[in-house]
Amino acid sequence: MRYRNATAYRFLTPYLLIFAIFWVWPIISSFMISFQATRTVPWRFAPGFNWGRLIGDPAFFNALKNTLLILVIQVPVMIALAMVMAVLLNSPLLKARGLYRFAFFAPVVVGEVAYSAVFRLMFSLDFGIVNKLLNSIGLPKIDWFSNVTPAMALIMIAVTWRWAGYNAIILLAGMQSIPEDVYEAATLDRVSKLKQFFYITLPLLKPVIVFCAVLSIIGTMQLFTEPFLITERGGPGGGTETLGLLLYRQGFRSLNFGYASAVAYTMAALAIAITLVQLWLTREPK
Amino acid sequence: MSSLSSARLKRSIALHLFLTPLALIWLFPLWMMVVFSTMPDNGIFSPGIELLPHGNFVDNFNNLQRDTDFVGAIFISVCVAVTYTVLSVLLTSMAGWALARYQFFGKSAVVAIILGTITLPYAVVLIPQFIMVARDFQLANTWVALIVPPLFNSLGVLFMRQSFSMMPDDLFDAARVEGVKEWRIFVFVALPLARPMLAALCIILFLASWNNYLWPLLINSQPGSMTAPVALGTLIGLTKVSWGGIMAGAVMLTVPMLIVFVLLQRHFIAGIAAGAVK
Repeated sequence: MRYRNATAYRFLTPYLLIFAIFWVWPIISSFMISFQATRTVPWRFAPGFNWGRLIGDPAFFNALKNTLLILVIQVPVMIALAMVMAVLLNSPLLKARGLYRFAFFAPVVVGEVAYSAVFRLMFSLDFGIVNKLLNSIGLPKIDWFSNVTPAMALIMIAVTWRWAGYNAIILLAGMQSIPEDVYEAATLDRVSKLKQFFYITLPLLKPVIVFCAVLSIIGTMQLFTEPFLITERGGPGGGTETLGLLLYRQGFRSLNFGYASAVAYTMAALAIAITLVQLWLTREPK
Repeated sequence: MSSLSSARLKRSIALHLFLTPLALIWLFPLWMMVVFSTMPDNGIFSPGIELLPHGNFVDNFNNLQRDTDFVGAIFISVCVAVTYTVLSVLLTSMAGWALARYQFFGKSAVVAIILGTITLPYAVVLIPQFIMVARDFQLANTWVALIVPPLFNSLGVLFMRQSFSMMPDDLFDAARVEGVKEWRIFVFVALPLARPMLAALCIILFLASWNNYLWPLLINSQPGSMTAPVALGTLIGLTKVSWGGIMAGAVMLTVPMLIVFVLLQRHFIAGIAAGAVK
């Protein structure tokens, strides 16, 4: 390949310019803002002000706890479900494949606001179709919005509905890139389909699964719209408040940019930790 | 032989018996969105189970337009999404081209940084972006504020880099021998060859802009400058609001994208799958 500094940078400049202004500078800037008291004019440097508050803030620990709880339950369930979808959609025995693909992949194009509105209506206490259906098969109604456990479950159900198909698309593409003859050889050796899945598909797909998991974890860590719109600003009583919502309230309702930046950097630290685990999981065996 | 095919038949039936209910559950929220959008409010909040569409969509839409200027918001959303898509495709394909086809100083650093941003939470840049655009540039409630800051995206560049690097060298070298300038090679040789990938990228970018919620919510909060999802979001949670209207709005946001999805499914899936499979 040719060494062409000038030409290359001419093509790259517009992109790098946007990157520098709207990403590089903000990354540095929010780090610095997190060390400033931002509710005085002018802002003043006070290193312990936000971080000290963060460590002793029950609202922060509540949001952190809720976020981690959603992460730990929702992400594995969703990835497993996406895996099931991908395996079954990949089966040569499946008829009307297009219809099934549409059913699982359609949520990918649905906006957060539109689906939050629908879920809110579907799960409402007295007139929600879900409670009506539960009632009609003899089960009691569930008060999805006034109790913490059902409210958290509702958030997880909504996110899983929205993102399982997205992950299934990625996993399916990964499966289809595994060469067919590996399976043919295994079938000739009378290896059962189930064993083929555990000993061929899963190991070869590991990097893709880890990629899906990391993207999902980072997405879920910043969860905002669902608790904002479905459970009404993190209700009941902060029961579904996430780090994303805390950041929004602190930054854009109370206009406390310093504290919100500290929350943002906590999320970044978690993301970096998760990325390091990913690199460790997918490292080349020596 | 017949026992083998009957085993296959059993497996096939089991597969469909499992997958069909799951598919119906998955379609159910979308179906209910359509049903709700056609029901009068007193029908949505009635004790009966209604699973079929009624004929009230137009009334619901009028209620929605009474609650908020949804048509105006749709207009903003369309213009912003189209402009964003054009600009972003241009930026990302140019950057992808440079990363795929040239050797230059700092290349591996640029790639490493782009890869690094995939796993960096957007939350980290959100606050300074807001301060910069709203306070320093005084651009809140403008189209520029909606279009420009989200222009940076990492997966798109990696996707285009991948697409361009798979093209054979001879194609471009032949043109270089003729003395064709690099930017002309990019525009007239490389871009036409990359048409399927560009289509995939366009769809993904348009959708991202169309559905974007958090940034437009923060930066364009004045009633006349809101995008459609933001305008719809302001109604959710109000006490005196037409839920049939909200559902009509949700349908208007969703159904066009579903149609695009069905028509261009292959490009769509290629665009999403490109993130992981390299």
